[in-house]
Amino acid sequence: MNTSVAVSHHHGPASGISRWLFTTNHKDIGTLYLWFSFLMFLTGGCMALLIRAELFQPGLQLIQPDFFNQMTTMHGLIMVFGAVMPAFVGLANWMIPLMVGAPDMALPRMNNWSFWILPFAFAMMISTLFMDGGAPNFGWTFYAPLSTTYAPPSVTFFIFAVHMMGISSIMGAINIIATILNLRAPGMTMMKLPLFVWTWLITAFLLIAVMPVLAGVVTMMLMDIHFGTSFFDAAGGGDPVLFQHVFWFFGHPEVYIMILPAFGIVSEIIPTFARKKLFGYASMVYATASIAVLSFVVWAHHMFTVGLPLAGELFFMFATMLIAVPTGVKVFNWVATMFRGSMTFETPMLFALAFVVLFTIGGFSGLMLAIAPVDFQYHDTYFVVAHFHYVLVPGAVFAIMAGAYYWLPKWCGNYYNETMGKVHFWCNFIGVNITFFPMHFIGLAGMPRRIPDYALQFADFNAIATVGAFIFGFSQLIFLYNVISCIRNSKPASDRVWEGSHGLEWTVASPAPYHSFSEPPQVK
Amino acid sequence: MSTQSYYVPEQSRWPILASIALFLMAYGAANLINALSADAGGGFGMLLLLAGTLAMGLIMLGWFGNVIHESAEGLYSPQMDRSFRWGMSWFIFSEVMFFIAFFGALFYVRTLAVPWLGGEGEKGVSNMLWEGFQAQWPLMVTPDQNAFPGPEQIIDPWHIPLFNTILLISSSFTVTLAHKALKLDQRSRVVFWLGATVLLGVVFLYFQAYEYVLAYNELGLTLNSGIYGATFFILTGFHGMHVTLGTLMLIIIWLRVMKGHFSSEKHFGFEAVAWYWHFVDVVWVGLFLFVYIF
Repeated sequence: MNTSVAVSHHHGPASGISRWLFTTNHKDIGTLYLWFSFLMFLTGGCMALLIRAELFQPGLQLIQPDFFNQMTTMHGLIMVFGAVMPAFVGLANWMIPLMVGAPDMALPRMNNWSFWILPFAFAMMISTLFMDGGAPNFGWTFYAPLSTTYAPPSVTFFIFAVHMMGISSIMGAINIIATILNLRAPGMTMMKLPLFVWTWLITAFLLIAVMPVLAGVVTMMLMDIHFGTSFFDAAGGGDPVLFQHVFWFFGHPEVYIMILPAFGIVSEIIPTFARKKLFGYASMVYATASIAVLSFVVWAHHMFTVGLPLAGELFFMFATMLIAVPTGVKVFNWVATMFRGSMTFETPMLFALAFVVLFTIGGFSGLMLAIAPVDFQYHDTYFVVAHFHYVLVPGAVFAIMAGAYYWLPKWCGNYYNETMGKVHFWCNFIGVNITFFPMHFIGLAGMPRRIPDYALQFADFNAIATVGAFIFGFSQLIFLYNVISCIRNSKPASDRVWEGSHGLEWTVASPAPYHSFSEPPQVK
Repeated sequence: MSTQSYYVPEQSRWPILASIALFLMAYGAANLINALSADAGGGFGMLLLLAGTLAMGLIMLGWFGNVIHESAEGLYSPQMDRSFRWGMSWFIFSEVMFFIAFFGALFYVRTLAVPWLGGEGEKGVSNMLWEGFQAQWPLMVTPDQNAFPGPEQIIDPWHIPLFNTILLISSSFTVTLAHKALKLDQRSRVVFWLGATVLLGVVFLYFQAYEYVLAYNELGLTLNSGIYGATFFILTGFHGMHVTLGTLMLIIIWLRVMKGHFSSEKHFGFEAVAWYWHFVDVVWVGLFLFVYIF
């Protein structure tokens, strides 16, 4: 009995492709998730560049409106479900067992299944581009009746692809929760968990709570399209607004699923490079939990202009503003951590700092959007596009980049090229702001989103945004090159990697051994 | 808590095979449904769906077979057992949330959307679309009777549904009796009470199917009969699918008990199925109250 345990702890990775296909190792699976996410990031990014190229000038130059709509839809779906979420799951897979002192994830085979569903799901979703009638063209929020009565036939494939992604996410989340609750090393009490682990615990709970609701809403769509029901058709007593309620009941927690792990990563990085302990650890945990709870009661702020009763508008307005309180606690704590710290500005820290500043800008525009009466002006304009890209790109994506640079030496055993990292950062920082900041202005001036053509007065800012998008997009190749050269050969990293690093993941060798902890470490 | 003997399995072929099978099922189902809607056969989709389902069934047999084998070899520590328990609990929670989406839709249309269509409250302007539409629940007359002919009658809760409620609640008791017997290692009683649970589940499913036939043939209650039919069938339909799955799971552990699996101390597979069965039972009580009675 014990021999096979010992064997499973001492063998290295299998060779060839079977290592990746059949693996049960959390590090291999984390790597798969991260590469898959990067591939999707580039795919969705190409779509974004096509959109920006078309919008460089007013008028139709490159693509037809229907294809433009397919591009906005696929860009959103791929970035949300294919790039950001898998990247966080990949980081969770790599880091959580190391951080809590576990031998692996709690359910290693299911872990592999969670990953391998994704390539199939996205192959199916991307294949809709080549089907009769084209890919889904109703926006990533797929509002009925655009996504039911007026949808292309490929919507059926989209629905089943969403089901597969949901199954993958739920299994991934169950695995993460079980690992955190059950596989902590002796002495690793809940309130000693690194914040990345805490934020992922809460994120996993959100995933399990809302992915089934997404499955429910696409199922109702499927029934309406093919089986004659009238969930979203008022002619039968249903209501198209019902779609939006159910969708956003999933959708709002979903946006926190994409940002809470980012909070966790930033809360790991800032203390390291400020060489101080995180300020207000417990309040960070409680703030994260409050944000998660509140995320369930704010969904209709996406629907202020749909014709909600006044009481509804007021409730959702105030509930939404309440979220600014725990979020403010977090921003305050990050700043307080840096206060009088001895800071250095390596690439992960640069990304983390940019996160704090730019995410806060996105948070503020979110507060503006939360005010129901003014939302009537902002709704469905580029102001909304600016807002959610500020929280998702310099928010979620920058945090992922920061995490990747921060842990890369631990993963590969080598330092990445710091100069190249800094060049990558500054291209990203400048590119992101040039792309998305002008969108605030054109949005407030009234340019609608999801439109391939626009009035002449929006031309200058659109041209600027397009230039920024190309800077941001192509600078990712610097990152790719840096990662590959870091894996191949570079300066070997020490075990602690960073002078101010803290936590169990820095006690193992660099690169981290194939099996992390065969003996549970003692945490004091 | 010691992680010393936590079992990390070797490489496994099951996950990638299961992904392929799931893909075949999803791609086949989408193909089939699209072809049926376009009246274009659908043989290819059906073939893929069947192949995928068959493959998934075999994979599950093999995968669970592996797990049972490892468990029987004593590779699993009490900590592993807790991982399984957390896993199953959160899976059931995800299922609860799936049903909450449909219950939420039901409550929303009953209390808000249909009354608004009927002209109630500040959103009553939507009544202008279909003048003279009367809000009521159950919604017997839809706004557009040609597109969505409302049901002529609805299911009487005090006949089949009441009987089915009694069946399912009894089955929760019988599965608990089986569990008690297993803990005392009284194997023949386990077999008896599990068999009774399976029987109750099958009879329940028979009556559900009978009720559907009745609804379609005599009551005019169909998927197409407006929002009442839509919510009725999606809630009872998904519940019925879960009972079917639960019954299959019960049959499998029944066979396993007869083969001598499970000990009086270690029988998480048994408990997981029992938990699942209680979950479908609780959902049914919600259905009986909010779909059939009120």
